Amino acid sequence: MDSQAKRVETISARLDAAGSSTDSVEDELELSAVRHRPEGLEQLEALTRFNRKELQILYRGFKNECPSGVVNEDTFKDIYSQFFPQGDASKYAHFLFNAFDTNKDGSVSFEDFVMGLSILLRGSVQEKLNWAFNLYDINKDGYITKEEMLDIMKAIYDMMGKCTYPLVKDDTPRQHVELFFQKMDKNKDGVVTIDEFIDCCQNDENIMRSMQLFENVI
Amino acid sequence: MAAGVATWLPFARAAAVGWLPLAQKTMPKPPVDKKSRSDEILFVNVSGLRFQTWKNTLDRYPDTLLGSSEKEFFYNEETQEYFFDRDPEMFRHILNFFRTGKLHYPRHECIQAFEEELAFYGIIPEIIGDCCMEEYRDRKKENQERLAEDTEAENAGDAPLPPGATLRERLWRAFENPHTSTMALVFYYVTGFFIAVSVIANVVETVPCRPIKGSIKDLPCGEKFSVAFFCMDTACVLIFSFEYLMRLYAAPSRCDFARSVMSVIDVVAILPFYIGLVMPENEEVSGAFVTLRVFRVFRIFKFSRHSQGLRILGCTLQSCASELGFLLFSLTMAVIIFATVMFYAEKGTKGTNFTSIPASFWYTIVTMTTLGYGDMVPDSIAGKIFGSICSLSGVLVIALPVPVIVSNFSRIYHQNQRADKMRAQQKVRQARIRMAKKGATNAFLQHKEDGGLQDGDSGSTALCVKNRSAFEHQHHHLLHCLEKTTNHEFTDEVTYSEVCMTDSVGFRTSRSTSLSSQQGATTSCCSRRAKRRAIRLANSTVSVSRGSVQELDTLHITKTPAGTQYPQSRSSLNARTEDLKLNCDDYTAAIISIPTPPANTPDESLPNSPAIPGILRNSRSNTYNIQETVKISSL
Repeated sequence: MDSQAKRVETISARLDAAGSSTDSVEDELELSAVRHRPEGLEQLEALTRFNRKELQILYRGFKNECPSGVVNEDTFKDIYSQFFPQGDASKYAHFLFNAFDTNKDGSVSFEDFVMGLSILLRGSVQEKLNWAFNLYDINKDGYITKEEMLDIMKAIYDMMGKCTYPLVKDDTPRQHVELFFQKMDKNKDGVVTIDEFIDCCQNDENIMRSMQLFENVI
Repeated sequence: MAAGVATWLPFARAAAVGWLPLAQKTMPKPPVDKKSRSDEILFVNVSGLRFQTWKNTLDRYPDTLLGSSEKEFFYNEETQEYFFDRDPEMFRHILNFFRTGKLHYPRHECIQAFEEELAFYGIIPEIIGDCCMEEYRDRKKENQERLAEDTEAENAGDAPLPPGATLRERLWRAFENPHTSTMALVFYYVTGFFIAVSVIANVVETVPCRPIKGSIKDLPCGEKFSVAFFCMDTACVLIFSFEYLMRLYAAPSRCDFARSVMSVIDVVAILPFYIGLVMPENEEVSGAFVTLRVFRVFRIFKFSRHSQGLRILGCTLQSCASELGFLLFSLTMAVIIFATVMFYAEKGTKGTNFTSIPASFWYTIVTMTTLGYGDMVPDSIAGKIFGSICSLSGVLVIALPVPVIVSNFSRIYHQNQRADKMRAQQKVRQARIRMAKKGATNAFLQHKEDGGLQDGDSGSTALCVKNRSAFEHQHHHLLHCLEKTTNHEFTDEVTYSEVCMTDSVGFRTSRSTSLSSQQGATTSCCSRRAKRRAIRLANSTVSVSRGSVQELDTLHITKTPAGTQYPQSRSSLNARTEDLKLNCDDYTAAIISIPTPPANTPDESLPNSPAIPGILRNSRSNTYNIQETVKISSL
């Protein structure tokens, strides 16, 4: 979104003012001193479906954890892995990170975070399905191929870890992917488009019902 | 889990929307959050301490948190104030920066805490005032060194080898870390012994022994017992060659190894022997050969593999190279100056020793280092005056660089001490962290066993389920959703290994321990282990709250002793591992005895779980939850 005017402070500005710097020192410092401040409360209120109080609460928590104002992928993976101690959540966290990092700059700022949450928690079913499709479509080309789905599926099964019942066999993710494609791929062309996906999900009662589940998270 | 992580839980739950289209089963209902997430009562204060300042003061630096609109996020309308949940002591320095324009570094604070505060308020550390910059830099460097040591200690070769290690890798590890296996240790000591033997033999060789009968001249022992010494030398060289070849074979990078200092020393130690074998019995060449024997004394440097102190010394000399260079240079300068002066001063004297300037070098060096052999002394008055000036200045020039070298040595020595201590404590630390992590998993499994996952009426849920916090409810719901998505369940390690073994029998040992006892097909050992697991799960519920994301600062431990075997006191986490090893006898004793709860249980003591079938369930009816808060210091 263009309205996100991200103001990034770098040491180079200060050093220029101080009047002495070398290029390599600048580069090194630039990497470590990026600070990010989000848009004002009013803009965020307009952009998302949260009210002022909720935004305040969200920001305080976010800022506490990431004082610099942005989350990079490693921190993201760390945080997400804390919720799944038995398995390895890093791959799924990687996909999640890409889904949240809408402007593809390698870090999730508060705006990205809160807009993602707004879709997931307060969005319409269409928007949520859109978001899920975006998550599965790893290369963002508008089609979910079997390989992409397999990657996602393996990442999800990795989160379970190895101590499961019944045991996760090597082809369990693949079988799950086959099931998914049987259900979703209407014209059997080997890829799932966004329309097929949304159509199929809207016709599935279970999925529609479960979409209401997470609305009272905040 | 840390509370910092608790703030991310809503995000993790929201992200679970990504699983919904893939789920094979229906998702469970989320827990109802009865008390709404109310706003924390925000005080204006920074954690209780009130600060007041002009708005202009804050506006002076518009690119910080306090100077920009970012602080609106922290505004509390009711009390008309801004509230920050941060360290009030540190905030004082931050606010002073706004007031005076100079940022000071408080010497008694931890450098990392200070940097974190600066990052939070959007202030870069580089603008620390000149008065405090030195201290800040020094502390920061020290901290980084210490952290680098930590990671080094973690990556130290003490970690067990991967199972697929080749012979080469194993050999190399045995050479580099002798204390890892007995064979390596034996080899280490044997080589050390032979180095000592070789050096002593070299020394004794030259001592004069009593002459053989019929001769008057004193012979050195080397020639008297030449065969014996030759045999000893050969044996030593053979061992050293063998060791060198083995190291060369096992080294991961042979070129690097061949260029390393230790390998050069090894080669130099054994080469004279081989050259001596090859050399013909020629008169003039054997003169050179005798010189070569001098290099045998370098074998003593092989001891540096065995002695850490020697390595530290070498390291010190390396790091003090510049100081040593300076010492050498200044000495040389002084020697030349004084030698010249002495030569010209003594030129007039008859029969003087100071025949040339280079000849005076010897006098100057001997005088400057305060040795004073007395083989060369000045006679003329001018010579004596300059001689005394020479000896005084010698003391000064030598004394100056020495403290620098000493302090370097002390720093490196202490670093080594610290690294050793860190390595020793590391294992304990990791064990504790692992234990706490396992607790989180076990909490979920325990929750399942307690039947907390039925989407049913509240009447049948056991009381222990109701007593969990909202956070735990939501976290368990999240894990449950993942189970439903993948159509697999979480279990613990014992079940996993059992299921692996008894793959053909597919009875579920995780859930109904009661069922397993009733089934005839169960072997007795499985049921015993199932009982053991039930107790283990009951005992190891650990829930953590309020801490930082990266490390666990404090842990709240919920203990459920199932018998009088367990110490009721606030035992450390380490004691738990012993507690968890049960055998059947303890177990039966647990069934019989009904322990009384200690008088200081603050809250819920779980009564018997109602109406749960199965023999084994009754045992757990004797368990109860005691909540004890054990504060473990920051790891």
